[in-house]
Amino acid sequence: MNRKYIKAVLISSAVVAAFAIFHYGCQESKNLSAGDEAARVYVAPGSYDEFYMFTSGGFSGQVGVYGLPSGRLFRQIPVFSQDAEKAYGYSEESKPMLMTSFGFLPWDDAHHPELSQTDGVPDGRWLFINANNTPRVARIDLSTFTTAEIIEIPNSGGNHGSPFVTENNEYVVASTRFSLPIPNEDVPISSYKENFKGTLTFIKVAPDGKLNIAFQILVPGFDYDLAHAGKGPSHGWAFFTSYNTEQANTLLEVNASQNDKDFIAAVNWKKAEEYIAKGNFTKTSTTYYRNYFDERKHMAFSEKNSEVKILTPEDCPGLIYYLPTPKSPHGVDVDPTGEYIAAGGKLAAVIPVHSFSKMIKAIESKDFDTDVNGIPVLKYESVLAGEVENCGLGPLHTEFDGNGFGYTSAFISSEIVKWEIGTWKVVDRIPTYYSIGHLSIPGGDSKKPWGKYVVALNKITKDRYLPTGPELTQSAQLIDISGDKMKLLLDFPTIGEPHYAQSIPAEILMKNSKKIYPIEENEHPYSIKAEKDARVERKNNDVHVYMSTIRTHFAPDNIEGIKVGDNVYFHVTNLEQDWDIPHGFAVKGAQNSELLILPGMTETIVWKPLQAGIYPFYCTDFCSALHQEMQGYVRVSPRNSNVELAWGTGK
Amino acid sequence: MTTGSKIIVSLASLILVLTFFFPIWYIDLEAPQYPEGIGLEIWINQIIGQKPNDLANINGLNHYIGMKKIEPDAISELKIMPYIIIFMIALGITASLTGKRFLVYSWIAIFIILAAVGLYDFYLWEYDYGHNLNPHAAIKIPGMVYQPPLIGSKMLLNFNAISMPDISFYILVTAVGLAIFALIIDKKSKRLTQKHE
Repeated sequence: MNRKYIKAVLISSAVVAAFAIFHYGCQESKNLSAGDEAARVYVAPGSYDEFYMFTSGGFSGQVGVYGLPSGRLFRQIPVFSQDAEKAYGYSEESKPMLMTSFGFLPWDDAHHPELSQTDGVPDGRWLFINANNTPRVARIDLSTFTTAEIIEIPNSGGNHGSPFVTENNEYVVASTRFSLPIPNEDVPISSYKENFKGTLTFIKVAPDGKLNIAFQILVPGFDYDLAHAGKGPSHGWAFFTSYNTEQANTLLEVNASQNDKDFIAAVNWKKAEEYIAKGNFTKTSTTYYRNYFDERKHMAFSEKNSEVKILTPEDCPGLIYYLPTPKSPHGVDVDPTGEYIAAGGKLAAVIPVHSFSKMIKAIESKDFDTDVNGIPVLKYESVLAGEVENCGLGPLHTEFDGNGFGYTSAFISSEIVKWEIGTWKVVDRIPTYYSIGHLSIPGGDSKKPWGKYVVALNKITKDRYLPTGPELTQSAQLIDISGDKMKLLLDFPTIGEPHYAQSIPAEILMKNSKKIYPIEENEHPYSIKAEKDARVERKNNDVHVYMSTIRTHFAPDNIEGIKVGDNVYFHVTNLEQDWDIPHGFAVKGAQNSELLILPGMTETIVWKPLQAGIYPFYCTDFCSALHQEMQGYVRVSPRNSNVELAWGTGK
Repeated sequence: MTTGSKIIVSLASLILVLTFFFPIWYIDLEAPQYPEGIGLEIWINQIIGQKPNDLANINGLNHYIGMKKIEPDAISELKIMPYIIIFMIALGITASLTGKRFLVYSWIAIFIILAAVGLYDFYLWEYDYGHNLNPHAAIKIPGMVYQPPLIGSKMLLNFNAISMPDISFYILVTAVGLAIFALIIDKKSKRLTQKHE
């Protein structure tokens, strides 16, 4: 009995131990096993990261700038949303950047950052990003990390499939997520099939970066989702995914999921250029804004445009073909050679990969299934290179490492799946925490990826970080892909929702980073070049204060003669010409924001005092040992008072 | 003088032209807030920052301790020095053409005297900047003076000031060296000819 008892105890404890080890092992794989991961992501104090990573802010409307491999956040670039910290969208100079045909818009939803390219490789000049809600594309200057231009896209219901570039930034492409009546008009929503159309937009990028809507292609009223331009042999083509080929206008989760296959639209944009040159387009009147920042005037300007060229596929044979693609495809990603086009059929069980050369052959031999509004639909089997099976659930996006492998994010099964181009076999997979959307390899959508890391961009974090109430952070996960097996190195939280990110080696950008704006080049109409020119001028109810800042005082710092009801324009010029010495300006009761004035810049904020009294103003950016002394007073008198305008510093 | 010595003396004079193209002295200021460096270059005819805005930024920093602004236009030495150099070039060439040893001796002597006066003058300027401080300055530390070293380094609050000769100074030294060398070989060749006689 004793023996039996002991045996039973031994067996049961062995089972418990085994289970415990198993359980612990599972935990280990979810968290981190011991190894050199910490050393791989450790960037010693004072050392630099190897890559800059630009993440979209999603519903924050901004762009985050992080370092890889450390995951450290360096900066948020305001793009589509007001940012009171930087006075973006509050200062008189920056307000025009947010102008649209719908008026001044303080917010938008930014999804896809895309680096400009030369010969199909990120060149570090600009970063483009789309506004999803009120369709726009922004261009960010990567020498200043500020928004340089925003162009509105007319005839678009929502700019999701954007802003992907061609090999030499010939075009930035955009497709409308929501189809609409074009031109927009008051029709019953149920007349969708009859009245609603989509557009594919090609935005020309001038050598200096200036954006211009070159043409739009009017396409059947589906939802156009994502895009990528061809490269190498497929240069001259652009690919756009579509879903809702069912053309439902309500309960899309069911009604747009019925067709077995939707389409990737393949557009021959060189052909489009020929049709444009031949005049084979219609001019449509519409309204859209182009806003740009003049770096010498330190001021944004808005330009209103009223016309756009539209190509219609029926009138332009050879312009566009449809590649049938299973189950509401999301991402469309072209491999570094330009031959393979991978689609993320978000409800499909496989990743279909189309072949560009097969597509050309199928077009030549007219291997068409049918046509939709004059757009030939190619046969699936005629264009397919292969299908990646066992690819996880909900495949969305694919990036490439340049070594013959694709990496696809699978949203539903929360994992990244690595597969081999050519054999279409899955060779590795790694879980992500949780619900990955896009993924990003430095240069991973270009001709020459720097295939060292893949970053998973996750929608849900649940238990991964300290909880912060009902709203939790989104996250990025850095995964090493330099070996055969993917290896999780680091989790880090991100601001907003990082739909997509792009990374570039730091050495390409660092050397171009601007340190100051030369004061002698400042052409702002209200700038002053020296403290002696500081002054206050009244024009009826408008008072213009020409103010300077230099460590550690404002000129003027005492202002009298302001009256209730005045519009006081503080035009503040930062005379500093030293790196990393901005000055701030804040005045009590300001109804907009502070100013943060960079060396050599002039910025303006309007202040409307409502009551008589004394109002302090001060520098908000700790600039020097005597920063706390950097302050001044404005005296505000009743409307009918006789107090003379007077100003000075040190008097 | 022998032809060889004459050529060396004219060479010594002519390389002085190079002093118009390089600084004669530099002052580096090292501080934690300036990992990229900040400093001054002193030329025979100008004082400039090592980088475009360094002079203005140094003047900006100096106002905290009440130091006068360095205004190159107000320093008359910078206007005189180019003429002194031109005079020395002319005198050296005259010495070379006439071949008079006396003139070469004089050239060297004047040169050394000018150098000594120049360095003393530089010291006086540094003394003046370092001691004559605005009594209303924001930062006042009893007993603290801010005179940079003539040569070498010295901590001035958070800045380590390093003052050292620059390329033009070494050109001057080379010029004097060449002149002395010219005299020595000339003497040797004279002795040789005397012996032969």
